[in-house]
Amino acid sequence: MSPHDHHHHDHGEPGLGEHHHIHSKLPSDPALRVKALESLLTEKGLVDPATIDAWVETYESKIGPRIGARVVARAWVDSEFKRRLLADATKTLDEIDLLGNQGQHMVAVENTPQLHNMVVCTLCSCYPLPLLGLPPSWYKSAPYRSRVVIDPRGVLKEFGVELPAETKIRVWDSTAEVRYLVVPQRPNGSDGMSEEQLAALVTRDSMIGTGLVSLT
Amino acid sequence: MNSIHDLGGMHGLGAIAAETNEPPFHEPWEGRAAGILEVMTFPAGFTVDRFRYLRETLRPDLYLTQSYYEQWLYIAEQALLEAGMIAPDELAAGRVAPGGDRRDDAMRAGTVWGFLHDRGNSARDLPAAPRFASGQQVRARNVQPVGHTRLPRYARGKTGHVIRLHGGHVLPDASAHGGGECPQHLYTVAFAARELWGEAAHARDTIHLDLWESYLEPA
Repeated sequence: MSPHDHHHHDHGEPGLGEHHHIHSKLPSDPALRVKALESLLTEKGLVDPATIDAWVETYESKIGPRIGARVVARAWVDSEFKRRLLADATKTLDEIDLLGNQGQHMVAVENTPQLHNMVVCTLCSCYPLPLLGLPPSWYKSAPYRSRVVIDPRGVLKEFGVELPAETKIRVWDSTAEVRYLVVPQRPNGSDGMSEEQLAALVTRDSMIGTGLVSLT
Repeated sequence: MNSIHDLGGMHGLGAIAAETNEPPFHEPWEGRAAGILEVMTFPAGFTVDRFRYLRETLRPDLYLTQSYYEQWLYIAEQALLEAGMIAPDELAAGRVAPGGDRRDDAMRAGTVWGFLHDRGNSARDLPAAPRFASGQQVRARNVQPVGHTRLPRYARGKTGHVIRLHGGHVLPDASAHGGGECPQHLYTVAFAARELWGEAAHARDTIHLDLWESYLEPA
């Protein structure tokens, strides 16, 4: 045991005291700060750099929106799959092994000409990671999180989407561990396309509800 | 806590800057920072709720201006410091202090996929029946917790109706503060946009939130 194992708190929670003070002694460049932390934790045996490599590689090349796009395309061509996905997404995605971290409890919502769904996390950045990968910066940003609940149509306009006034909008604020997948409308003129061709059309934004799927 | 993270309904934060073909990480350090926080040996009692709470303790000016993964770096540092797993002088030096502890049980690369596959199930069996039923009118309580909560300010005191029951889920308000899991029934509650924002909102639009039983009262 080193003396540092007895790290006393003068107060119950961080926010005002010594933990903030320490940050004034750390490099302001986050790259240097990360390097120092990784070195320290590696030396302490609290992290293995090869495990960080594996984690980064997982989200850079294995888990991303193509997974969600395949789910959407299957729902478009297989009405029984779509029925089950909309009725119980958790069970249906579990059957095809697509649940995981930040996506163990899933709800799928369908966009139609009458109803448009959009997803946000106003309190942090909750996002269905196993289906869409890491969220884009705009999804995590203050402008999106602040405005989509109060002005969804204005936000859609910024994304180039204008809905008829009679279309209902539902905004899903991900305040718990339930994660939402939007099943966008299948584009007109896609009747003859294969499931694979359809999956290639499905964009990340359309599965968040800030985009529509088109043939081009 | 009523701080800057609770952004729903605020004005003046600017246009949405969507980037074409955005990579998962803009700089290698971002991936390292996120990866450390994901795969490091967690302090006892470190939960996703503690993670979120620590981010909420960032000074509001930094919350709005620091990059996302710089905030993750802060969370990792805070979590390890508050658990006494690292000391402030070690963090500043990037080296273990003389005589400092070393362990050999870090997560190995081969287990990352399984870890991500299994992690994060917050559902818990509850013997108690749910207090509210689907279709029932409920009001979100007008409360101002000083700790972590997942009831945004914009819904407090507002009336909606239950559209879905999710069974028992770990209560973040307890789990973020070492209070155990205290699972409660979780509900999706639909609020009319006009109930939340007034007559200028679209008459047909609704906002849906996932709210724990103790956040709600009959309306």
